[in-house]
Amino acid sequence: MPDEEVYEFKSGIKPMWCPGCGDYAVLNAVHKALTNLKLEPWRVAIISGIGCSSNLPHFLTAFGVHGIHGRVMPIATGLKLANPELTVIGTGGDGDGYGIGVGHFIHAMRRNLDITYIVMDNQIYGLTTGQASPTSLKEMKTKSTPEGVIENPVNPIALALASGATYISRGFSGDPKGLAELIEAGIKHKGFSLVDVFSPCVTYNKYNTYDYFRPKVYSLQKENHDTKDMGAAWKKALEWGEKIPLGIFYVAEGVPTYEDLEPAYRQGMPLKQKLGITDPRELIEEAM
Amino acid sequence: MKKGEVSFRIGGAAGDGVASSAETFARTCTRSGLYVSTYSFYQSVIRGGHVWTQVRASESPVNCHGEDPDVLICLNQDTADFHAKNVTEGGAIIVDPNAVKVEKNELKKGVTLVEIPLLELSRTYSTAQIMKNTVALGAVVGLLDMDFDVFVSVVKSQFGTKKQDVIDANVGAAKAGHDFVAKGNGRLQHPARYTKVRRMLVTGNEAIAMGALASGVKFHAQYPMTPSSSILHYLAAHGPRHGVVVKQSEDELASINMAIGAGFGGVRAMTATSGGGFSLMVEGLGLAGMLEVPVVVVLAQRGGPSTGLPTKTEQGDLNLAMGAGQGDWPRAIIAPRNQQECFDMTVKAFNLADVYQTPIILMTDLVLSESYGTVNTFDFNVPINRGMMADESKPEEFKRYLVTESGVSPRAIPGQKGFQHIAGSDEHMEDGTLISDVLAGLPNSLEERVKMHDKRMRKLNGMLKDTSGPELWGPERADLTLVSWGSTQGPLREAISRVNAENRIKVNSLEYCYVFPFHTDETKNILKSASLTMAVEGNYTGQFARLLRAETSIEMNHHLHKYDGEPFEPRHIVSKIKEVMKLA
Repeated sequence: MPDEEVYEFKSGIKPMWCPGCGDYAVLNAVHKALTNLKLEPWRVAIISGIGCSSNLPHFLTAFGVHGIHGRVMPIATGLKLANPELTVIGTGGDGDGYGIGVGHFIHAMRRNLDITYIVMDNQIYGLTTGQASPTSLKEMKTKSTPEGVIENPVNPIALALASGATYISRGFSGDPKGLAELIEAGIKHKGFSLVDVFSPCVTYNKYNTYDYFRPKVYSLQKENHDTKDMGAAWKKALEWGEKIPLGIFYVAEGVPTYEDLEPAYRQGMPLKQKLGITDPRELIEEAM
Repeated sequence: MKKGEVSFRIGGAAGDGVASSAETFARTCTRSGLYVSTYSFYQSVIRGGHVWTQVRASESPVNCHGEDPDVLICLNQDTADFHAKNVTEGGAIIVDPNAVKVEKNELKKGVTLVEIPLLELSRTYSTAQIMKNTVALGAVVGLLDMDFDVFVSVVKSQFGTKKQDVIDANVGAAKAGHDFVAKGNGRLQHPARYTKVRRMLVTGNEAIAMGALASGVKFHAQYPMTPSSSILHYLAAHGPRHGVVVKQSEDELASINMAIGAGFGGVRAMTATSGGGFSLMVEGLGLAGMLEVPVVVVLAQRGGPSTGLPTKTEQGDLNLAMGAGQGDWPRAIIAPRNQQECFDMTVKAFNLADVYQTPIILMTDLVLSESYGTVNTFDFNVPINRGMMADESKPEEFKRYLVTESGVSPRAIPGQKGFQHIAGSDEHMEDGTLISDVLAGLPNSLEERVKMHDKRMRKLNGMLKDTSGPELWGPERADLTLVSWGSTQGPLREAISRVNAENRIKVNSLEYCYVFPFHTDETKNILKSASLTMAVEGNYTGQFARLLRAETSIEMNHHLHKYDGEPFEPRHIVSKIKEVMKLA
């Protein structure tokens, strides 16, 4: 890290989110975490999918891919494996990560790649103007469910616990300071970090609003929750209703990352290697 | 039997070791200086069913597995029932009389039935059922008067120095078969001159994987799917040693997007699949086209539609490759015609991908992907062109999507200070900012959109110049010109040689390896002097003929379409030629 210089991470582009959208707080928190960590923008890559929240990379000065719907994790995985020296952060919404991309989400977690995934969970499809999302609560009425949702919502925290993520947390746009801390700790954590964020959609989700969450949420850390205890984490992951926990549910330190175990890295990181085969004799001999 | 060559076939049930025994024989032939071409007939079962492999070996180059077998090993009754009557005159059939009965009166003239107690002889060396194959192979080596030491050298290579007991058992069992034949139980007319010339024996998939290694691939992601899987197997076995990250992904959506992520990261990246997986990759291909990220995609075709014929061949995915993705984006489609071109065209694909910063699709089919062919030793010292990179000294001038005449913009990769940018799947401006959201449709952005779209599509002009037109093979003037693409080359040329040898008509062949961007001018120039034309391709609708017509307005006079799942044999083409030229 050179000279403790702090770089500006905000690009000149102004977000076009609705006034009051929870994603503003997430953008500020990401910015705060990156500057607190004194990262260099050219060594950071933000990968996003499609949806309101997936526009986030444009508002930062790092490298980035604003990809296609649901494929945040595969793109982030390929990039991280090509250049493990980068700080790779995935961002997107609940439809992107827990709906169309849920398969990739699970597989990325079981690989324990050293990447951070921030999901702006507003429990609705915003950019397509208000259909049910995978985290929409049962009975919620949306454009696609006029009589109410009849499916159970995905529980991202429980899914992450079951899938092998090694840092699992939940933040709230109504608590920007706590959110920035969660993101910073997630980036610092060596392994797969999930930061699920209640990021209210003020236009299409009239149910899960700031006021819905405020009286319910509480900090796990203030309650001395043991983040090393998988059993305790499961209990907290399933808590929903009058009390909804925020903060770090679970952390497993010292678990080898995918990069630690990748056999190809014995030859150095892929980006810095010489191209081609200098001694093909073995390959030729084997094919004779 | 033809002079100077032999077609060997071994058949049994899945799990009998048919393919591995055939490979041993194919390598023995290769090390004896013969040219080899193989084909494996198999089914989508792991045990049982009926499978066979043919190994055609010849003093002169062969690029097709041939037709009827000269030598047949029947590991079970099915094989005798299905194939014995097809064994050529003067050929031989090897059976264990205790297990398989052959109807002698159904055999062709001069076919020797070699009855060897395969299982009984093998028991001395091993209790493994599969060892009877080895006894039979030893007998074939004896029948063909091949050097037994060459066979031993192949066995040694296959099992390595660590498994001396396995090698001893195999060599012993083969010797038993060899000696059984030598005791006067049959010898075929000396079929070929054996030499010590060293060549490689590779499948199309292996050649692609080797081409990728030579090109400096550093990331390969793949989900298993027949007939592309052996690319994954080869790279998983050999890649990491050469610094290649090989990732079996959760699905093909992930494969292509991982490759895009790695390509964006600055390494050479590849993925491979068959039609079903390619269908899932379609959205990702468009993304790569839009982000302008280099990526090589291998599409090894099999019989469709849907799951179709998983273990059978077809050339039915050209429309899919041509039309993959919403909207227009520049792509190149390359269809290697043989194993050598699988290697060469993989190298070419990586260079085109980097130079034009767009996906390059390499199309094979099951018969080319999985069949072995002999090639001269590959030259791994290949040309590598990474394309245009941004001027490191001028980050302030950098625009990732700078509009240029070639359509190619200077590239920068994560880690390069001052070159940060967002690569966006939404339409964007030269610096990468979006025009899809608040700017979409505004007067200035209409122009920007057109500029960016034109820029990307101009890459097709460059790719056209950087690739060569179709190859006209055979006599320059002909009564009939056969038009083909990809792996059909082998049987097609052989058919032409056979017809032309009769001296009644002249036939030549127009072969496409570079399928798209389409070489319209060269095609028109060649076909304007053609008398009659016939497209030969392995699909129902004539997908290539349709592309040719769309690009040139030239209509083929005749069509030969094959979509039963089995590869073309020369005789199929010969008989169609005779039919359309009224030579019956």
